[in-house]
Amino acid sequence: MSAATETAKPDQPTVRTRAAQPGLLSRIWANRISYIFIGPFLITFVLFILVPVVVAIGLSFFSFNAISMPKFIGWDNFLAILSQDRIFLQYAIPNTFKFALIVGPGGYMMSFFLAWLINQLPKGIRDWFTLAIYAPSLASGVAFAVVWPVIFSGDRVGYLNNLLLSWGILDQPVLWLQDPKYFMYIMIGISLWASMGVGFLAMLAGLQTVNKELYEAGAIDGISNRLQEIFYLTIPAIKPQMLFGAVMAVVGTLKAGAIGAILAGSPITPQYSGHLMINHIDDFAIIRYELGYAAALSVLLLLLVYGATKVSFQLFGSKEDE
Amino acid sequence: MKALQTMTRRSGVSLARAWRKMQAVDWFQRITLLGLILLALFMALPIIFIFNHAFKPINELFLYPPRFIVQEPTFENFRELFLKTQSLVIPFTRYLFNSLLTTSLTMIAVIAVSSMAAYAFSKHVFPGSKFFFALTIFALMFAPEAVAIPRYLVIANIGIMNTYFAHIIPLIAAPTSVFLMKQFVDQIPNELMEAARIDGAKEWLIFFRIVMPVCTPAIATVAILTFQGAWSQTETSNLYIQVESMKTLPYYVMTLTNGLANNVVGQGVAAAVGLIMFVPNLIIFLISQRRVLATMAHSGIK
Repeated sequence: MSAATETAKPDQPTVRTRAAQPGLLSRIWANRISYIFIGPFLITFVLFILVPVVVAIGLSFFSFNAISMPKFIGWDNFLAILSQDRIFLQYAIPNTFKFALIVGPGGYMMSFFLAWLINQLPKGIRDWFTLAIYAPSLASGVAFAVVWPVIFSGDRVGYLNNLLLSWGILDQPVLWLQDPKYFMYIMIGISLWASMGVGFLAMLAGLQTVNKELYEAGAIDGISNRLQEIFYLTIPAIKPQMLFGAVMAVVGTLKAGAIGAILAGSPITPQYSGHLMINHIDDFAIIRYELGYAAALSVLLLLLVYGATKVSFQLFGSKEDE
Repeated sequence: MKALQTMTRRSGVSLARAWRKMQAVDWFQRITLLGLILLALFMALPIIFIFNHAFKPINELFLYPPRFIVQEPTFENFRELFLKTQSLVIPFTRYLFNSLLTTSLTMIAVIAVSSMAAYAFSKHVFPGSKFFFALTIFALMFAPEAVAIPRYLVIANIGIMNTYFAHIIPLIAAPTSVFLMKQFVDQIPNELMEAARIDGAKEWLIFFRIVMPVCTPAIATVAILTFQGAWSQTETSNLYIQVESMKTLPYYVMTLTNGLANNVVGQGVAAAVGLIMFVPNLIIFLISQRRVLATMAHSGIK
């Protein structure tokens, strides 16, 4: 099909014609309706995300303190991070991995399991359960700032101490949020509690769209128990939502950082026990104003997230996606 | 609030019906239901807390150990909030108006823009589509801290500082929403669209008649997500708006809670504001979630 006939039928620009490679411009013109569809997104995306990200990546090769002109220093920021930044290598990296490896898959599986359970419930009460499970994400700021510090308060009137003392498990109050031994685990626990976020909502909405007849057909084909049903019918049916949830879990946990700061009351957690990569970036960007260095850290984080996301695409992406 | 009431009534009815159904259900489901109820109560703690906290009189706010449940509820905190803002140049209602306006416009814009983009990314093949979508996914991964300054420069240079646009336009680029919507559009069988095309439907018609209705659960989820993000964000007021009368409610809340950290009187006001900030989130969530359930019952696609 030539370019002329393709442009002559603007109503069907999206039909997958393997045109005999007309010029790029005419192909773009033939698909102009597609560009109209993505246009508004693409314009704002380029302006407010792509350009800033590119500038930030560029900035990682500069020394920049937000006041004087950026000074080009080549790879020095990256070299410094990987060879001299003790706090980064000793705390931020291992902490981030530990945190992400537990909260990411853990929260992800919990999200799916709870979404699946809720989907089994009768319609009328279903959305109340959804509300309750989603509540921590809905109220996250308030809950982190007010509820948890009270529960983990270090004196004997803190809820947890009070409870454990009265049961005789402890004989003196524990400084939960000041002790590096516990801090990370408290962070992980609270993050799991709050991990039923957008991935959970997406999977729940996905489950609503699964064809009920699929299960009947499955039963005829010899699927006998619920576990088989989940693995052979449910998960393949909501694969796109599973992928979305996985990517969100990866991105969300690797980019987490606010929890530690809120629990500790300052950006620096006790003896860096809850120091994650984002805290490190915050430290350099907002406290020390070494923006070039912070940008270099973000680039490293980006590479890390990218690698982890690739793995999720391997696991859940359909063939034509990747 | 009316939606909430009808909802409560309706689910009261269906709760009874559900209970009757439960009698016929196996023990496995009963145990999971029980477990789920306990878990739900635990997870719902912040909601219970916010509602109780706002109605606590000043002495209860400072009780130690703090009590979750309010003993003697009072409207004192709310009264004080409105008295406090009467003395200011900008009334409380102005912030509220700004927030409602910008958040609802953002929500509409994000839904429209994201679903359009998602449809094209999912069902159209055109030069650059793979590349642009890969970029979208890539953008999810960058730490927002590092891009604050470049983004500020962009906004300053396109001349939308100190306008409502500064609250809305930067949020329209929502890679998460596009990604989420695309995953749902992927599930729509291509045959459905081809059938429509054979019947002579134009792209816009397919989009409005097929894609949008089938994707209502995704749209509802995007609505919740966007509202939550836009309603509570202070960044745009903080960075891009210098005129006080153009700033939004969360910014005002921030000034209240920041300046009054050690102020005993301020705590009650902060609790009241906390509730006012939270309730719209809750309402949008409940309405949207209802949408998900209601439409899926009728759409005969799947």
